[in-house]
Formats: sequence, structure tokens, C-alpha cells
Amino acid sequence: MTFLSTIKAAALSAAMIVSVALPAAHADEQYFPLQSYRVGPYAAGGTGFFGGFIDYLNLINIRDGGVNGVKLTWDECETQYEVERGVECYERQKSHAGAAAWNPLSVGIAYAMIDRITADKVPLITVNHGRTDSTDGRVFPYVFPLLLNPYSETSGIVNYIASKEGGIDKLKGKKIVVLYHGSPYGKETIPIYELLAQKYGFTVQQIEVPHPGNEQQSQWLTIRRAKPDFVVLRGWGVMNPVALKTAVKVGYPVDHIVGNVWSNSEEDVIPAGDAAKGYTAITTQASGNSYPVVQEIVKTVYDAGKGNLEDKSRIGSVYHNLGIVNGILNVEAIRVAQEKFGHRTLTGDEVRWGFEHLKLDPAKVEALGAKDLFHSINVSWDNHEGEGYVTFQQWDGKKWNVVSDWIAPDWALLRPIIEKSAEAYAAEKGIRLRTADDADAVTTN
Amino acid sequence: MTAISVDFASAPVLPKWLVPVLLLAVAYGVVPLIGSSYLFEAILLPFLALSLAGVGLNILTGYAGQVSLGSAAFMAAGAFAAYNFNLRVEGLPLIGSIFLAGIVAAAIGIVFGLPSLRLKGFYLAVSTLAAQFFVQWALTKFSWFSNNSASGVIDAPRLSISGFALDGAIGRYLFALTVVTVLTFLAHRLVSSQTGRNFIAIRDNETAARIIGIPVLKTKLLAFAISSFIIGVAGVIWAFAYLRTVEPDGFDLDRSFQILFIIIIGGLASIRGAFFGAALIVVFPLALSRLGVFLLGDLFDSGVLDMSQRIVLGALIILFLILEPDGLVALWDRVRRRLLFAWQST
Repeated sequence: MTFLSTIKAAALSAAMIVSVALPAAHADEQYFPLQSYRVGPYAAGGTGFFGGFIDYLNLINIRDGGVNGVKLTWDECETQYEVERGVECYERQKSHAGAAAWNPLSVGIAYAMIDRITADKVPLITVNHGRTDSTDGRVFPYVFPLLLNPYSETSGIVNYIASKEGGIDKLKGKKIVVLYHGSPYGKETIPIYELLAQKYGFTVQQIEVPHPGNEQQSQWLTIRRAKPDFVVLRGWGVMNPVALKTAVKVGYPVDHIVGNVWSNSEEDVIPAGDAAKGYTAITTQASGNSYPVVQEIVKTVYDAGKGNLEDKSRIGSVYHNLGIVNGILNVEAIRVAQEKFGHRTLTGDEVRWGFEHLKLDPAKVEALGAKDLFHSINVSWDNHEGEGYVTFQQWDGKKWNVVSDWIAPDWALLRPIIEKSAEAYAAEKGIRLRTADDADAVTTN
Repeated sequence: MTAISVDFASAPVLPKWLVPVLLLAVAYGVVPLIGSSYLFEAILLPFLALSLAGVGLNILTGYAGQVSLGSAAFMAAGAFAAYNFNLRVEGLPLIGSIFLAGIVAAAIGIVFGLPSLRLKGFYLAVSTLAAQFFVQWALTKFSWFSNNSASGVIDAPRLSISGFALDGAIGRYLFALTVVTVLTFLAHRLVSSQTGRNFIAIRDNETAARIIGIPVLKTKLLAFAISSFIIGVAGVIWAFAYLRTVEPDGFDLDRSFQILFIIIIGGLASIRGAFFGAALIVVFPLALSRLGVFLLGDLFDSGVLDMSQRIVLGALIILFLILEPDGLVALWDRVRRRLLFAWQST
């Protein structure tokens, strides 16, 4: 190949790229830009979550013909969980008209997007994760850490341990070890465990596992010496199965290990084999495919050959159900906004208003076919988390079984800490605190 | 390794300063008027940051011959240092914190450059890995660096120079462009100065360099310092102007390799090479990905497409390195010579 012909070919392909016209939005379509990750180290979570999300959107399109006749559309842009790819995807996808909300399922990408989505006035959903202080809607009008932020997760875990011990007053004198991933994510809850230990009178010892965590002998020997009543596993990726295996090796009872929200999937326990039997972990959405909405997805979407998961045995897995719940929350927010603004393609700001009035009580959740899949949500203009309840599941070697009631984190205790952090951010960035009136001012075109 | 400058004797038509001046005129005068936000945010800003990092690494690796796998660490050091200077020193202007951040990166570069006095080639590359792992570890371990932020991810401060806000895409682009232009110009002057010749002498034959009186120790450390300074400033641009957020994870070993590939593909020991390499590394995967989505997006999911793009990209890079081991710069010069020759003979 001569160089001139190489250049010709390059020019040709460049011309083709330039000619890629973005599809024009139709009047009655609502678009979801999906910054998904199906490649790379976190592909297991990405395929499950985005698979569930797409399955639910498909269900709404096939069964109901969209939301009040407004068809849901989406396209995917691969991020591999990398921040700069996420930013590129954002810039690529934002030119598409009618974007409802962004759901990157990545803290790093979400952080890089906060300034951008705030300027563009489109909501950013970080279900079950994200920046804790973005719960404060006064400072973060467009960011929604729906259902559970990291602080609430911590409080939920401590409340669960209390219920196992027979009441919150029984925590006094108990000892809890937190084994955390050596990353910003892992360290985020350190002050909250300290705070709760002080408040309830238990002692807490927090031990770091350096990334990636495939060797934990010394940490678990320390744990064996400390003889804690419970170990909280705040892990990620390979660290989780290794922790369970090492616990068995040093003789720590696995049923006294409680996993957090990133240590709660099938991918975290199956590699540990028998060592994971009896391990318990927190979740906002129960797993399994017995819930009516999951059954409808199987019947309407998968049986029609339109399912997103390649491996059908993953239907109803933790990440898949999280994607479905995320789909429910997004679609219901659009429905709420449509009741106010009309059954048409909504602007990002209108969808933001919808999220800020997203209230699904248990009866409404049951009507959506999701009873026991998740509890409820109650978002308001200044509380963007929406008071999600948590439950706990135990791994029996084959599947997760729910072993607790729905537990409420101690939101009142956490709120002042969140507000303080959000106000500090507002001061640093020169953001004026939003009021309820500001929240009702909606950009409609 | 390539020679210090390419021989233009056969094509002395244009004065050497003309092309850069024209490019700058377009970059300052035309691009901000016609560019879309996608062009700035997704293409030009990462291109500028990585180009500058490439210029920095090229001084160390291309000119002075010291292989380094710690570039991302120096970027991280620069980004976090600038964040902290900006946060903790009242009234320090943005330019001041960027300059001090470069100094911090240079100091770290000198420390991790010390093994180069004993180690060469691959052994030195391995020892610079220590910088890579140490800096990332320290930034995660000590939350003071991220101002005790709960999640360890910090927001870049507002960009403004003497009260003039540069927060928009175009403002950040012009800011990055100016920093890159100034540093590239200085780097260009440096490599054609006596110091630059000393770098090359050490690269080509250390013993000979010592015999003709070049202070090897000082020169090597100087190369590490200058290179790290530039890479540190590139880190500031990456974090402040491009991503608008700083997290240690973003500066991992992959980024170091990326910068190394930029200078290998672009052309070692060439300032222009860093820009060619960065253009290829930034633009080519995007072009490939958009082409893939356009042609096959309906048939395959994004994961399959992404995997096939990697295969295509890898194959093309191998093919290209076989055809043109001296990098894009050599290719460009050959094409240019041919075109000029064709033009002259008509």
C-alpha cells in the first residue's frame, strides 16, 4: 500500500464519519443516552445493569406503546468505565434531541459530568452510588443519587447488625471490623462508621486492603486476633471472593460477614465457591425473577427475542434487577413530569421536575409489579436520594435469599453532615443555594 | 533513534516558522468560531493535554534517551499540586499555581530520576514504575491531598485569569492552547540549545559525552526535571481544562503507556511528533468508533463493536510501525517532500 493511497483511504473514511448524520428526533420520543460498559474489568456489572435498564424500556415500549404514547429510545456508547471515554460519550450523545436523563453507573464519570449536565439542565442519575452530598438538592439541582447514597448504606448496615443483635441498644460494647478497598470509594464511609460507633457505643476497627485485593492473609489474621462480632466487607471486584475465601481459611464465620452494595452480586460470590455460603449483603432491590415485573419482561421481551442479556440465566440477578429498578424510576419520573407538562417529549429540566416529585409508595410499587423487588421512594426538591429502604440477602451457594425486613437508614442523623458538605461545595464553587421556588421554575423548551 | 532534525535541503521552499504560525492563526482565529462543543470537549482538549505530555516525555525519552513509565504519575502530581496550591494559598493567581505545580512535578521527577544514574533502558523503565505506583498510592492514602473530600474525587476550581472567566468550552480551549503553545515553544528552543545537544550526546553515547566534558549526572537530572515539569502542567490541563475533575485513578499505568505510545508512534526526538502521535491516539479511536456505530450499530451491541475496534486499532498500529518505524513525523516529511517535488517538477 503506498502512502498516497493510505491517505486517500483515510480521507475517504473521514468523509464518511463527517457524513454520519444524527437521526432527527421525532415529536413523540424520549431519548436515553446510555454510557454503558460492556468491555473491561467492570463488564459484568455493566452488562447486567444496562441489560436490565434496556429490558425495562423495551417492556414499556412493547407492552404500553411507550409512556402515554411517547416512545422511549436510547443508544449506547461504550465507556469501559473510563472517565475520559464517558466525557466523550456525553459530548457525542448530548446533541441528540429529547434526552431524558443520564445514567452512567460510574462515580468517576458522574463527577466529570456534574458541571456539564448542570449547564445543560438534564438530570444525572447515580442510583445506589454517587457523591453523597449530591443528595442535597439545594446545591445539586440536577444530580440524583436515587435510593441509596454511601452514608445511608453505612447506616443501613449498622441498623441491620443491630437487629441481628436484638436492638440498637445491644450494639453497646460490640466490635465491628470494616474491611475496605484501598480507594477513594473504599475510604468514603470511614468517618460515618466512626460517628455511628460513637453514637451507639460499639468499637470499630477499619482495615484497608490495597487495590486490587487478591492477597488478604495479614488483614484476616488481624481480624482473627481482634475477634469482632461482625465484619463489614466494603470491597470491589476480586477483593470480595478473596475476602470470603481467606475468612474461611483463618476460621472466621462467613455468616458474620456483611457485604456492602458493591459486594452484593453473583459475580462477587460465585468465584468464592463454597466459602461464600452464608455470606450476607445489603441491597436496595431483591434478586430473583419471581416478581411480576421481571416475569413480564421474560414473557414480553425475552420470549419475543428482544431481551438484552445474552445469558438468560442472569435474568433476575442483582445487577439485572438494579437495572430494572433504575428503569422503573426513570420511566415513572417521566410519567410524573408528563402529568404536569403534557404527554409529549419533555425537556431535561421537565424530567428533573419529574424526579423531584417522584413518590412511589409501597402500593404504587405493587401496582408496577415490583412489590418486594424494592420498597419505595420519596424524592423531593431538596432530598434527591428519596429515602430508599434496604434489605439483606444471604447467599446459599446457588442464589440470594432475602433474610431481613426492609430497613430504614437513619436519615435524620446523616442529613446535617450531608448539608454541611454540600454547603462547603457551594461556597467553594460560588453556587447560590436553591429554594423551593427555584425548583418550580422549569425550562420548558 | 532519529536524528535531531530532518534534512529539509531538498525542499527549502517555505520558511520554517511559517507552518507553526499558520497553524496557530487557525487555532486561535478560526477554530473558536466554527468549532462545536464536541470538537473542544472530546477532541481538542484531550489532544492538547496529551500532546503536551508527549512533548515532555519526548524531551526525556526521545532526546535524552531515558525511558520512563511514570508519566501519568507526574501528571497526577501536577494536577493535585495545582489543586492544593489553588486551594491553600490565598490570592495565588491561576498561572502561579500552575507554575508551582510544574515545579512540584519537577522535584518528584528529580527524585525518581536518581536511579537513572545507575540504570539504563528497561531497568530504568522498571524503576520509573515506582513513581507510577508510589504517587497514585500516596494520593489515595493521604486524604489531605484531596482536601479530605469524602470520595477522594475533587472538582477542579473555576478557571479564570485576572478576573476573566474561562469556564466555557472555548475559554478552556484557548487557555489550554496558550499554555501548550508557550511550553512547546520553550521546549523547541531548549532542544536546539546547548542543553538539548547535551541530552542527545548522552542518549547516543554516555561515555563519549562524559569525555567531551558534559556533566552526565546534572544533565540527566535536568532532563528529568524539565520533562516532569512539562508533564505536570499537562496534568493540570488534563484535570482542570479537560475533565474538570481530579481523581488518582485517572492517572494509572495505562495513561503512562498511552503517552509513551504517543511519542513512539508520533516520532521520537521530535517536538512535532508528540502532536502527530496525540492526534492519532485521540482522534483515530473516536473516528473508528463512530464509523463502527454508523455502519454496524444496529447489528451488534456496543461491547462487541468496541472489542472489534481494539483489534483494528492494534493491527493498524503494528502495520504502521512496520511500514514507518520512525513515526508519523517521518511519514509526514516524506509525503511533504514528494508533494513539493511533484509541484516543483510541474
